[in-house]
Amino acid sequence: MNANTERTAAWKLALLGVIVWVGATLMPQPAQAEYADVVINNYADAAGMRPVVFPHWYHRIRFRCKVCHADLGFKFKAGGNKITMAKIIDGKFCGACHNGEISWSVENCGMCHSGIPGTPTHIAGSTVQQLVAPAYKALKK
Amino acid sequence: MKNTIKKITLAASLVALPFIVSAADSQGGSLMMAATTAVSSAEITGSVPEKLSVSNANVFNRLLKKEKDPNAAPPDDGYHDPANDATTALQPPKVAYEGLPTTEFGNRVDWVKALDSGKLNPRYDRQDPDVEPFVMDLDIVRPVKASVPDVVFPHKPHTQWLHCSNCHPKIFVPQRLSNQINMSAIILGQKCGVCHGKVSFPPTTKSCKKCHSKEKPANWKPPLSEASVKNPWR
Ligand code: HEC
Ligand code: HEC
Ligand code: HEC
Ligand code: HEC
Ligand code: HEC
Ligand code: HEC
Repeated sequence: MNANTERTAAWKLALLGVIVWVGATLMPQPAQAEYADVVINNYADAAGMRPVVFPHWYHRIRFRCKVCHADLGFKFKAGGNKITMAKIIDGKFCGACHNGEISWSVENCGMCHSGIPGTPTHIAGSTVQQLVAPAYKALKK
Repeated sequence: MKNTIKKITLAASLVALPFIVSAADSQGGSLMMAATTAVSSAEITGSVPEKLSVSNANVFNRLLKKEKDPNAAPPDDGYHDPANDATTALQPPKVAYEGLPTTEFGNRVDWVKALDSGKLNPRYDRQDPDVEPFVMDLDIVRPVKASVPDVVFPHKPHTQWLHCSNCHPKIFVPQRLSNQINMSAIILGQKCGVCHGKVSFPPTTKSCKKCHSKEKPANWKPPLSEASVKNPWR
């Protein structure tokens, strides 16, 4: 190989590198879930509200599981408690705390209703969802 | 002159390399697109490098997906709507986790150590911060047929967080070894998997030994499969 062809080859390679670099940086990155965040969307979408995102990590720093899952009666099932605003303002479920006394009050709609419209009820980062061959129908991220 | 060009090429490929690798890491799709871009650029300049013209199916990681940032801030996590005004008022997990003991899975926080070291003291009662949890220190050893260490179920860390009624009697009958448990059920979200794999630390290569924590005796050997023992052609 003479110096000339080697030089063109080198430039081609450099160009290629730059193109791949630009391509790779412009690529959308995969979504990053915080483990155990629960998206609740039995009714929200249908009522024109954003789905609810419940952060487990944030609450378990302040309360033990027992408070919600034994005392307040939350069942261990995403979407399984059929929570509605009527129950919340009667002091049940989220309303046992989001009442302006233990935590901020219910008029802060956007704090709870913060999900991307159309996101189905699910728990983020769960083992079943991350299996390489999904045991259930995979959720679109 | 030749040397400078070589250096530039080397530098350019070095800059590009991590991105190619990260594209392959995150999703097969990115590498496929990157490869297509590369081939078409080669077409412009007239020669198709052999290596790039192979099937796009042969990416290095066909199925491995790695999370780049397991504790992303709410606007970047993929299910919080950045267009919602309040989303930016939500706390990013990393801010709250600062100073807490870490792990390599789940929330990346060692919640058991966080309690034991006194760094966290979540309420056991909705209103009264002084109510003490009813903790029971009882270990249940579950011998495992497979070669992995036996399972020790510790009541202590569980009763620090949970109430007896969270597990008894719906998930487990409160009697030693009277519950059928196996790994597939756990991974699919039953038994221990009601919590582990959803909220408490998930089963994954780096966490197996948290549950499988009692080493087998030194002379333990895995049972042999009968079909192969009896095979006359062996
Ligand atoms: C403490 C958290 C929280 C706050 C604050 C909150 N919601 Fe909700 N909301 C929920 C949950 C949880 C659900 C059940 C979601 C589902 O299953 O789709 C829900 C459901 C709904 C629904 C559909 C079900 C129904 O009850 O009709 C509407 C509409 C709704 N919320 C509107 C509002 C409005 C408007 C506000 C502000 C005034 C608000 N929410 C504040 C938690 C909250
Ligand atoms: C502040 C209240 C609260 C606390 C504290 C809390 N949770 Fe939850 N948990 C919830 C809510 C709300 C849901 C969702 C229920 C629904 O969608 O109807 C849930 C759901 C769950 C689920 C079901 C997930 C699924 O995919 O079906 C599990 C398991 C769970 N929690 C375990 C725990 C554990 C373990 C702890 C303690 C480390 C804990 N929770 C602490 C409120 C709480
Ligand atoms: C046991 C009491 C309790 C229950 C039940 C509860 N919360 Fe909370 N929540 C809190 C407290 C306390 C805070 C912190 C409030 C503050 O910072 O002033 C909080 C904060 C939040 C936040 C804000 C997190 C942040 O980043 O600042 C969200 C969102 C939230 N809760 C949603 C919910 C939803 C949805 C439910 C019902 C499914 C719920 N919570 C049930 C006590 C509770
Ligand atoms: C996280 C779930 C969980 C919680 C919470 C829990 N247990 Fe258990 N418990 C178990 C498991 C698992 C076993 C073993 C069952 C087996 O081996 O089949 C067990 C076994 C028992 C046994 C039988 C022991 C024996 O020697 O036969 C008793 C008694 C018991 N638990 C009492 C309690 C009490 C009291 C509490 C509350 C202070 C409690 N448990 C909380 C999961 C739990
Ligand atoms: C009701 C929910 C629940 C069930 C069911 C459950 N766990 Fe846990 N487990 C927890 C919570 C909460 C923790 C605290 C650590 C965390 O959240 O990651 C924990 C912690 C542990 C730890 C302590 C890890 C350490 O760092 O020391 C072990 C071991 C463990 N679980 C084993 C088991 C086994 C084995 C089973 C089934 C027989 C089981 N768990 C069933 C909720 C549960
Ligand atoms: C939450 C606790 C927990 C974690 C985490 C866990 N295991 Fe298990 N594993 C169990 C229990 C409980 C059994 C049933 C033991 C028995 O037979 O009583 C079991 C059984 C097994 C068995 C025996 C076959 C069977 O299905 O019963 C194998 C093999 C096994 N586990 C492998 C693993 C591997 C590999 C990992 C890590 C990816 C892992 N386990 C993580 C709790 C756990």
